[in-house]
Amino acid sequence: MAPVEKAKKVAKSAKKGKKHPVNSYLKGGVLRYSKAQMYKRRALYRLKDKKHPVVQKEKVPIKKANYPTKTFVKKRPGKANFSEHKRNTRHNLKPGTVLILLAGRHQGKRVILLKTLTSGLLLVTGPFALNSCPLRRVSQRFVIGTSSRVDLGAFKVPEHLNDAYFRRLKAKKQKKGGEADIFAAKKERFVPNEQRKKDQKEVDSALLKVINTHPEGKFFKKYLQNMFALHSSQYPHRLRF
Amino acid sequence: MPFERFVQTGRIAKASAGPLKGRLVAIVDVIDQNRVLVDGPLTGVPRQEYRLNNLHLTKYRIKFPYTAATRIVRKAWVDSDLKAQWKVSPWSVKAQNICKRSQLNDFDRFKLRYAKRQRNKLLTIAFNTLKKRTKSDGTPRILKKDRRERLRAEKAKKPKK
Repeated sequence: MAPVEKAKKVAKSAKKGKKHPVNSYLKGGVLRYSKAQMYKRRALYRLKDKKHPVVQKEKVPIKKANYPTKTFVKKRPGKANFSEHKRNTRHNLKPGTVLILLAGRHQGKRVILLKTLTSGLLLVTGPFALNSCPLRRVSQRFVIGTSSRVDLGAFKVPEHLNDAYFRRLKAKKQKKGGEADIFAAKKERFVPNEQRKKDQKEVDSALLKVINTHPEGKFFKKYLQNMFALHSSQYPHRLRF
Repeated sequence: MPFERFVQTGRIAKASAGPLKGRLVAIVDVIDQNRVLVDGPLTGVPRQEYRLNNLHLTKYRIKFPYTAATRIVRKAWVDSDLKAQWKVSPWSVKAQNICKRSQLNDFDRFKLRYAKRQRNKLLTIAFNTLKKRTKSDGTPRILKKDRRERLRAEKAKKPKK
């Protein structure tokens, strides 16, 4: 091997590190070495009898141009009804989570999330026995979800507590012919009917049982009874809930 | 009062800004007026240049020659018992408490407030009774109630005729 290495070194020194192409053009576009000469110089006869495995390429059918002769009007998908919209509930809002209500009549109260209704609204309750927040629908926008949770376990929200159940009753329209007394029409106050009272009681009793099984049941009850508030130097974006 | 904490080799400092905020580092070399070379082999701080603006000097110092290798800084750090000293220092305790407080969730905050309220109730009662039974000059005040009770006790002691 030693002489070969020596030869290599000599060759290198001769070339001075530069690489020249073996063949080059003479004047008039004629190559210095013919094809046969190059065959010799490159020692291509080494490869003469070697056989390379032939790799067959997959035949891709040639796409034929297909131009329509008529311009079609593209069909637009119909707008989905509100009831068909996709609802996304925040991932931390799971049944049994304690929520802090941020707006409305019960703002500041800590309530328990029962389930998400098909309209995307959250069904919550105080329970009523603890903080007088009844069964109610709330938008998730007006709610802070806390990390404290009760295990609802076997408790199931009655099927009939759905969106239709909570719908607002519309006032009857006045007759067309009769003279309408604008001032007589008073805003009717909401009064819970017997059905609602009954449902509230059922849900409350079940929830209170669940709350009592909470490892810190005594404090947890007090926690739900107390209102949430921020005091000075408390910033909601810096707090953990 | 003379200065006691200097920017010097071996001075332990606390990073006050950046991704390494809150970690302890040792000053290895002073680059210029504003920057130093720091190293924190035990606090997960790789050797790097740090701005002095972003360092708070502590009272602790460990001994090693300037520009010492990380390996030597580590050895000096371990040998100096710095970890234990820092842990009980008021600065560290305060930082730990702040951290604890920030980790509280809503329910924990409620419980804390509740406990405080209970404690304050007891304190107020104790304070008010003391106040009632102390004159403005600090001497104990004897209430009518006490006198009555004392008399009653004396009466009970006397044998009945």
